Amino acid sequence: MTKLLIILIPLLPLIGFLITGLGRNFLSKSASGFIASATILASFIISIAAFLQVKNGNLIHAHYFNLINIDALKIGFDFKIDQLSSLFLLIITGVGFLIHVYSTSYMHNEPSKDFAKYFAYLNLFVFSMLLLVLGANYVIMFFGWEGVGLCSYLLIGFWFKNNDYTNAAKKAFIMNRIGDLGFLLAVFWLIARLGTVSFDEVFSVTNVAKLSTYDFTGITALLFLGACGKSAQVPLYTWLPDAMAGPTPVSALIHAATMVTAGIYMIARSNILFTNAPVTQNIIALFGLATALIAATIALKQNDIKKVLAYSTVSQLGYMFLGLGVGAYTGAVFHVMTHAFFKALLFLGAGSVIHAMSGEQDMRNMGALKKHMPTTHITFLIGCIAIAGIPPFSGFFSKDEILAAAYAESPIIWGVGVLGALMTAFYMFRLYAMTFLGSFRGTNEQAHHLHESPKAITIPLIILALLAIVGGWVGIPEVFIKGGHHLEEFLQPIFAQSNAITQKYETSHSTEFMLMGISVAVALVALIFAIGKFKNYKKENEVTSSGFANVLENKWYFDELYTKIITNPLKSISCFFNNIIEKKGIDAVVNGTGKFVNYSSRQLRWLQSGQVGAYVLLMVLGMLVLFILQLFIKK
Amino acid sequence: MDIKYYIALSLTLFTIGVIGVLTRRNAIIIFMCVELMLNAVNLLLVAFSNMHSLSVAAKASPTFASDAQIFVFFIMIVAAAEVSVGLSIIVMLYRNTHNIDVNFLNRLKN
Amino acid sequence: MATILFIILSIVAIGSALMMITSKSPVNSILWLIVVFFAISGHYILLNAQFLAVVNIIVYAGAIMVLFLFVVMLMNLNAETEPAKNQRQQIIAIITGGCFLLVLLAAFKTATSQQVMVGAGNAGLIKTLGKVLFTNYILPFEISSVLFLSAIVGSVIISKKE
Repeated sequence: MTKLLIILIPLLPLIGFLITGLGRNFLSKSASGFIASATILASFIISIAAFLQVKNGNLIHAHYFNLINIDALKIGFDFKIDQLSSLFLLIITGVGFLIHVYSTSYMHNEPSKDFAKYFAYLNLFVFSMLLLVLGANYVIMFFGWEGVGLCSYLLIGFWFKNNDYTNAAKKAFIMNRIGDLGFLLAVFWLIARLGTVSFDEVFSVTNVAKLSTYDFTGITALLFLGACGKSAQVPLYTWLPDAMAGPTPVSALIHAATMVTAGIYMIARSNILFTNAPVTQNIIALFGLATALIAATIALKQNDIKKVLAYSTVSQLGYMFLGLGVGAYTGAVFHVMTHAFFKALLFLGAGSVIHAMSGEQDMRNMGALKKHMPTTHITFLIGCIAIAGIPPFSGFFSKDEILAAAYAESPIIWGVGVLGALMTAFYMFRLYAMTFLGSFRGTNEQAHHLHESPKAITIPLIILALLAIVGGWVGIPEVFIKGGHHLEEFLQPIFAQSNAITQKYETSHSTEFMLMGISVAVALVALIFAIGKFKNYKKENEVTSSGFANVLENKWYFDELYTKIITNPLKSISCFFNNIIEKKGIDAVVNGTGKFVNYSSRQLRWLQSGQVGAYVLLMVLGMLVLFILQLFIKK
Repeated sequence: MDIKYYIALSLTLFTIGVIGVLTRRNAIIIFMCVELMLNAVNLLLVAFSNMHSLSVAAKASPTFASDAQIFVFFIMIVAAAEVSVGLSIIVMLYRNTHNIDVNFLNRLKN
Repeated sequence: MATILFIILSIVAIGSALMMITSKSPVNSILWLIVVFFAISGHYILLNAQFLAVVNIIVYAGAIMVLFLFVVMLMNLNAETEPAKNQRQQIIAIITGGCFLLVLLAAFKTATSQQVMVGAGNAGLIKTLGKVLFTNYILPFEISSVLFLSAIVGSVIISKKE
């Protein structure tokens, strides 16, 4: 495969961005939608070719030019396609393409100018993500990283006339910046220690040997901070639910195919560094677990259909980080993949529901959509089953792999993980039951308007539903089929270095069966309970939540906490700087200089009285002074 | 007789001229004070000339000490020219402002 | 004898100078200044500078002061037009002048003392000066005539009515 073809993968979306972006005033809706989708499809096709090439064992490394060339530090504009990046390429372009197709219908009510703008942003988003994944060094990755952050800002704030949406966009951007700082510092650290940022060189055995434990811990902790921001982990996750302000397909894109997976990709890519830093790994596992649990509990009490999905994403990302933390890199990447399928499916399905409900997002006003939207209903149900972890749907395999690895690390972690899985099943089927079952609780007008979505929406849903079913079959654990885990085999070269260091967890088959059985049983119980409880949901039955439920409804008061401990002190400090330092200090110095000059010149002005006598007097005084000086100096 | 006496006398006259310039506001009197100062300096020059006419250098060259007196001569020339111009300026000022108070002429201020 | 003459002339000079700056009427001032010039001419004679003594009387006391007198009387400036000057500034001026004198005197106090021969030395004789003036200083002497010419032209132009 030539270098030219490789660069086309990110270049095509960029071209699409330029065409739709620059031509937004004169392109028709169908034209811009077609261009945007076609470029992604072309990228997808090339990605498949690249994937096949890699599968045959031909890794691709393309060097284009030197980005930075200072003395010994050479940072090239290099692309690298190996097993990991080729997998991500497929996910990004594949799911991205489906979301594009979906968007052509979903966004059809926008004016054509905004429509084209929307697709330009989408293309730029995909471009940034591809750059992130393709980059052969941390700097290229950082470009993509930043581009993704920018695009998320643009897309979350797409309906920028609404102030809340703009604030949500800003929040996402600022939260990401905190993480970006960590990433950037980690890259500088690497440059300082090794003088290179290229993946091949950094991860080479000789270079890894050069780093001390402190280096490993420091670099990985900073990288994790970056991943936290981008992948919405506990301290920095609050932007993701707010990111629901964007159009629904954007949420799907951010949550499923791009953006949030960037952190996972980055850590999976740097796995050797993390394996060498057990402290950081424990931190990651801890944060992942906390995220999974906290987000799941919040999701239990949310009534906005998109908010539930958003918290479920945060929760699932927590699982992925748990997987990374316990060393189950393959499991994490596997979960990224399956999650991309079913989460994109769920979001698009939710979008379809919202579309049918004319923009209504509150589940309390839905219900009984089953008979109005059969395709959406079926596909959505598949997505729910997949995320709940019921075999043989995809979510089961990937989640189970992470949980098995967690069990090997500590049964407590596993227990908490299963608790999270229970909650996942519960809130997903609460969502399902409230939306599709029972009786319709919306207005008559909405009831009249209910309809199945057009083909451009249902076809991506069907494709994603199929993927959500079969997507897990590439990673069937050994207990079922010997050698069934194709994905692990495929990704083996990437994690070989790490696997050589860590012991592969060994659990007996009976234990593993038991673990699976427990998690599936728990999920099923939660599922049935949720359906039973919310099938005949009535708005009137709603009781004002109290105590713990209230805490959950308010999302553990995280936003309030941030306001209290970060925003308010910052504001006070800014006020202090503004009122005291700025006004009394800097302004005083500046104004004081002027005032002093003014004052002193007023005092000096009487010297220039214009009276000759006064001048002569001064002259004589001056002479006097000179004479006196001379008198003293002489001696 | 000591040269210092002449120096003292000359300085006294000079200072009186300075004080006159500082205290008086009549332009003509100020002008006269300037003349007085010039004369004080002339006196000093002549005294030094006399002093040097007795020195060793003056023995070798008979005109050595005369230079100072030539200087006085030229100062007088310049003073005469200066007075003629200065007085005509005062006359013109008086014609324009009907006043020769220097404080009235604080045009330098602006 | 010479010392007595010096003292008398000095007292006359200083006294007349003081009168000159203190008298209210400009005409009186001019007359006192002429007295000062006469005293200074006396000093010149004491120092055996006859030529300068004569020239001083002719040029200063005769020509220049008459010019002053002329202007004052022609323009009728003798009236006591001068208002009382700012008292504070006057005191400052006198103090400054006194300090000035003191400092100058103090500066010369340590000078090496050298004698002046009263009535001796031929530097100031008309013969010697004439020789020097018309040999060494002939060029400045001629140029001074240009100076005078320009002064005449200048004063005529300045005082000419528009």
